[in-house]
Amino acid sequence: MGMRRYSAFAVAREALRFHQGWERAWASPAPKKRYDVVIVGAGGHGLATAYYLGKNFGITNVAIIEKGWLGGGNTGRNTTIIRSNYLQDPSAAIYEKARALYEDLSQDLNYNVMFSPRGLLMLGQTEHEVRGYKRTVYANNLQGVETEWIGPERVKELVPIINIDGPRYPVLGALYQARGGTARHDAVAWGYARACSAMGMDIIQQCEVTGIRTAGGQVQGVDTTKGVIDCGKLAIVVAGHSSVLAEMAGFRLPIESLALQALVSEPIKPCMDVVVMANTVHGYMSQSDKGEMVIGGGTDGFNNYTQRGSWHHVEETVRALIETFPMISRLKMLRQWGGIVDMTGDRSPILSATPVGNIFVNCGWGTGGFKSIPGSGWAMAELVAKGSPGPLAAEFGLDRFREGRFIDESVAAGGAP
Amino acid sequence: MSTRLATGGRLIDRTKPLGFRFNGKRLKGFAGDTLASALLGADQMLVGRSFKYHRPRGIIASGVEEPNALVGLGTGARFEPDQRTTTTELFDGAETSSQNHWPSLETDIGVLNNWAYRFLPAGFYYKTFMFPRAAWKHVFEPIVRQSAGLGKVPTERDADRYEHAYAFCDLLVVGGGVAGLSAALEAGRAGKRVIVWEQTAHWGGRSPVDGGQIDGMAPEDWVAGVLEQLAAMPNGSLRARCMAAGLYDHGYVLGYESVGDATPGDGRPRHRLWRVRAGQIVTATGAIERPLAFAGNDVPGVMLASAVRDYVVNWAVSPGDRTVIVTNNDDAYRTALVLLDAGLVVPAVLDARETPTGELIEAVRARGVRVLAGRGVAKVKGGKRVQGVQVCAQAGEGAVLEEIGCDCVAMSGGWSPVVHLWSHCGGKLLWDEANACFRPDPSRPPTGADGAAMVRAVGAANGALRLPEALADAGGPPAVAAAEGPMAPVWVMPQGAPPALRFKAFLDYQNDVKVSDVQLAAREGYESVEHTKRYTTLGMATDQGKLSNINGLAILSDALGQAIPVTGTTTFRPPYTPISFGAIAGEARGEIFQPLRRTPMHEWHEANGAHWEPVGLWRRPYSYPRAGEGLRDAVNREISNTRNSLGMLDASTLGKIVVKGPDAGKFLDMLYTNMMSTLPVGKCRYGLMCNENGFLMDDGVVVRLSEDSWLCHTTSGGADRIHGWMEDWLQCEWWDWKVYTANLTEQFAQVAIVGPNARKLLEKLGGMDVSKEALPFMTWAEGELGGFRARIFRISFSGELSYEIAVPASEGMAFWKACLAAGEEFGAMPYGTEALHVMRAEKGFIMIGDESDGTVIPQDLGLGWAISKKKEDYLGKRAQQRSFMDNPDRWQLVGLETLDGSVLPDGVYAVAEGHNPNGQRNVQGRVTSTYFSPTLGKGIAMGLVHRGPDRMGEVLDFPADAGKVFRARIVDPVFYDKDGEKQNV
Amino acid sequence: MLTLTCPCCGMTVEETELAPGGEAHLKRFGPGSSDAEFEGYLFARKNPRGVHFERWRHAYGCGKWFLAARCTATLEVFGTYPAQTTEPPASIVAAIKARRPDWEGLK
Repeated sequence: MGMRRYSAFAVAREALRFHQGWERAWASPAPKKRYDVVIVGAGGHGLATAYYLGKNFGITNVAIIEKGWLGGGNTGRNTTIIRSNYLQDPSAAIYEKARALYEDLSQDLNYNVMFSPRGLLMLGQTEHEVRGYKRTVYANNLQGVETEWIGPERVKELVPIINIDGPRYPVLGALYQARGGTARHDAVAWGYARACSAMGMDIIQQCEVTGIRTAGGQVQGVDTTKGVIDCGKLAIVVAGHSSVLAEMAGFRLPIESLALQALVSEPIKPCMDVVVMANTVHGYMSQSDKGEMVIGGGTDGFNNYTQRGSWHHVEETVRALIETFPMISRLKMLRQWGGIVDMTGDRSPILSATPVGNIFVNCGWGTGGFKSIPGSGWAMAELVAKGSPGPLAAEFGLDRFREGRFIDESVAAGGAP
Repeated sequence: MSTRLATGGRLIDRTKPLGFRFNGKRLKGFAGDTLASALLGADQMLVGRSFKYHRPRGIIASGVEEPNALVGLGTGARFEPDQRTTTTELFDGAETSSQNHWPSLETDIGVLNNWAYRFLPAGFYYKTFMFPRAAWKHVFEPIVRQSAGLGKVPTERDADRYEHAYAFCDLLVVGGGVAGLSAALEAGRAGKRVIVWEQTAHWGGRSPVDGGQIDGMAPEDWVAGVLEQLAAMPNGSLRARCMAAGLYDHGYVLGYESVGDATPGDGRPRHRLWRVRAGQIVTATGAIERPLAFAGNDVPGVMLASAVRDYVVNWAVSPGDRTVIVTNNDDAYRTALVLLDAGLVVPAVLDARETPTGELIEAVRARGVRVLAGRGVAKVKGGKRVQGVQVCAQAGEGAVLEEIGCDCVAMSGGWSPVVHLWSHCGGKLLWDEANACFRPDPSRPPTGADGAAMVRAVGAANGALRLPEALADAGGPPAVAAAEGPMAPVWVMPQGAPPALRFKAFLDYQNDVKVSDVQLAAREGYESVEHTKRYTTLGMATDQGKLSNINGLAILSDALGQAIPVTGTTTFRPPYTPISFGAIAGEARGEIFQPLRRTPMHEWHEANGAHWEPVGLWRRPYSYPRAGEGLRDAVNREISNTRNSLGMLDASTLGKIVVKGPDAGKFLDMLYTNMMSTLPVGKCRYGLMCNENGFLMDDGVVVRLSEDSWLCHTTSGGADRIHGWMEDWLQCEWWDWKVYTANLTEQFAQVAIVGPNARKLLEKLGGMDVSKEALPFMTWAEGELGGFRARIFRISFSGELSYEIAVPASEGMAFWKACLAAGEEFGAMPYGTEALHVMRAEKGFIMIGDESDGTVIPQDLGLGWAISKKKEDYLGKRAQQRSFMDNPDRWQLVGLETLDGSVLPDGVYAVAEGHNPNGQRNVQGRVTSTYFSPTLGKGIAMGLVHRGPDRMGEVLDFPADAGKVFRARIVDPVFYDKDGEKQNV
Repeated sequence: MLTLTCPCCGMTVEETELAPGGEAHLKRFGPGSSDAEFEGYLFARKNPRGVHFERWRHAYGCGKWFLAARCTATLEVFGTYPAQTTEPPASIVAAIKARRPDWEGLK
């Protein structure tokens, strides 16, 4: 199946006939009996894995199975922040790969994902945090990630609505990634889905995996609500529900499912171009193209699959942001929601083979899932195609928990999204 | 035109005229008006511009569902964007302005006419704006952003205050209409603690406008009687202007009360946020009327039929002189009757049903009004105001049968129960065929902590749309209302509307989503209701789809050829209507936006010019700069003074935990890496704590107080965490051990007296023997020092002769002042945290959080001496035996000294040859602490370097900013007084 | 926004008074255990979608740790009990079985 290109010209042509001629963005086929690779989860990570399996390795006999609707999990409920200013080498490598792929993703997919490198600030509000971010800047410079430390005056220039001399945590400076920013989250899933479908891959929505078939320690296929689907390889890419799938395959993961909440204000005219994260006080904010202030904070502390969080976390986040941006006090919260993130023992992701042959997992992105989608898909595709990780995924194996070889990012910014 | 009628208006007080301004124009209204009714009364139908196409928009509704009539309200520090006029009470002097246009409301150059907006259908931006790459960020996005975003940006700090309130009840009734009041009365009589919230300022819901009889009385009279009864109950509480914003797990409900909105500056909080735990919740939240989707249904003057009658009855405002009514149900005929009673003209009722019959319809016919059956609107004529409607057959494709001149269109597509609260916490819905609406499914309610239903919906909110049914559903008295015939679902008007009409039939007025957009989404495969919503932005405006969602998903279902319940709804999320961030934050703002912990000497520091540093919730003096002195100079002065004569540090924030009991020694041996059980009474010992993952988590001096009790000092930020950690192990793992802990951090003030003159000061204070012999290093004593009950610990974090003295917190300030006074002759001077840090670095002492960062084990820091080899077990020991940790091939602590004496930057890395497979430069170490040492007159640093201790003397490269590379030699981390001569005096 | 009843002081309290502490009934492995045992103790988590046993501390109340049996899919609470036990008491197991007949027990 080919793909009709999107362009301003195509839109104009269709306008003349009231847009009656647009084709489906992706097909909705019934599952085949067998695929070379079955990917469970048609979120951003699953779809990107499929896309790069096709693009980089020519593997297109692929099904992406989705319990609900594609992009309907965390891909569609995050705060759309993209950054790669991570401290540890393996994290910086994969997030920077993702960020770099985002730069060209609209052109690559012929779908405007609206990647907007508007710049991202992580505020330093204690001496300790300042030292942590300066360290990150030096690490980033050696990792090929462009970041800099800027002083409070420059912060104020970039974010005129910020209050840099609050009574409790004055802004002492910020870790600035000029090429960090945001993208339109749904469009990322939709763009990958359209491209996967065009390569002949099957995206099977409304299809829940109910069991995993193995024989002799090797995967054979999956039981689903649409019947048995056989596969050569199985990739589990189901943020939030990773443990449930692992249980079906007979192993446990170092993962807990926690609620992470976000909210938006009513829309107002543009007042903040950059993304601002204030990790000492636990809040972050950007402004969407629609004009809403998009706000998030930390995760709830207990296992939860309900996609509803606890209200007091919202209060804490909003308090922190009113201190940082006093002008938002008279704005109104339009909508709040929750997503279920999976958190690993060291708060870094897992891209790994598993105790079952030819089953691979991609999970544990915690609050960093959206920003990593292209890099994660790229590295996961290599892992699935070759059966062993390439350099991007090499450090993110499950074996690290046994060896005590952790990738701890909380060092620089406790649980920043 | 819209105008104020000469008589009537049940909610307004004509004796109290109020003045306000709209876009600078002076207008008048009355007490009891909403901003919307006052604007309409002043003939201001056009109030705003839509989000995407900037089309003219008028007031369409009379309540929370209003998508169009949002204004900027107030000025300066009291300016608020996106204020919904239909729910804002008018007050004298209100300043309002319309939104989203330039240069003016009447003339907006951003407006897109019918032709132009064909090029901007749903999702067009996903298909365009991709070339060249940089154009999105720099060209297209700024245009999109500037044209979107409704309200103006507030610029000042909010002048108002907000508060939080808490309540508990057996039953929370949401909604003060007749169903809610019935449910409340029943529960109140049964002795339950009942709270009733009504989001408007008035009780009774729609019943006073819609009429009928309750228990033989006019609804208004019945409502007044019930309110009296409820008010008289000691177990009842009524609160108007309080909107239930969200329903959360285990019966937690958030209420948003408007307190001082209409009285700015009177000192009361603007909003009050209620947090209620309710045993049960009744949602009596009523229903919202649906618009009809016909071409031009967004022209100002097209309104909901119920809103038209609300404006006439409640506020004596006539939205138009000639009102055509378009409907698919009987209820809209009530509007015709109300208009006729007010002396206004109803040229026709267009009823989409083929054979409408019934009491209300006959009543309208009897008044001489044309009732056109099987008819709909082909198109509304007019731009900024309705001029007429073109009539067509509902069953056809829009051929115009006749044109009727009018300046108002009252439309009704039926009613949708308000199911938001029911749905917030997992309640499910079912499709009601008869009323063509979703209503709560009683078999799948939201469940509480016990797994049982915690919410019951009653009245119209439960799909019992008519007065007698609603009251019966809520357990109320018998009621009578005009009988109504069945409604007929109408999702597009006319049924066969061609693309050109569907392109002008709006679903989401604010976001400019049309029937054609939803159909386009379905055609392109965005089949899930969530996809359609996100692709078209249907229901994402400030009304969150209150008007548009059901119509939209009906059209989506039709396009997909499936039943509406198969399509389902999008997720209902809190809040029901938007609530201010100020209310969410409450009183916690400014200085107290987080709790502030103060040491007993806090006020002295403040009065003496402390430059604060936040440490957890504490504030500690970073240093005490004097007039004209820079921070750096102040720190250097404090260090020199301490090293050369006498420094004083407020160390009260240090954690102080007493561990006591027969098994306390055994417990501490598990907690610390070294032996604490063998510490003799009277002695102190430095100890390290690791987590079970092996990483260093805290350190401090442990003091053996007596045979069975120890005092554990922790880091300033760590006291609560470590105390919790101790209790965790004692309660959950070793619960049979006889150990008791108490966190006494705030019970004691602690002062470090540091420097060569330290002993002189203590001797001058007198009362205790602090001589070298009586109180040697790492011992402690208890007694009375200068009249204060004191414990003196002879410990040092600076390498100087040093005593840390703990006194009862209540005597801390007095003791501090006494020390200062007595120490004056010895050069006593306070020092802050930065001097503390520099002095400890000069001595090579590690700092938790600097040398350790959660990835460092004690072995990395040369602290092997503090790890007992004899113990079988301690927390973290097993972890440290794993292959990656039990390995000499790690980064380890060293001192670093630049070749030129300069100060290494904070956090800088030492590079190694080559790059890793990801193309990142290889590194071999990093700086963990770096300072200018005024004592040594040069930069000093500590760092972790790959096999560092084996590489003394090697020089490493540290690339820093702007191409500068620092070169530093690996040295011993103890820079000053290596033999400890200064403290052994 | 959970409410849980502290079995020590008997109060039913707000989530804001409590501190969550993760999975309950973990068996500690120390020196002498295998790498796999130690990894399992420290990291492998059941994280079920459904019946879950977890630790809570009544941090801003009596200060005691206790255990709760709770459903992570509905947030229904089956019961709370003192932390000084290695397995859920029979009354808790019965309460769970009554509400979730298909539950296979603590694995």
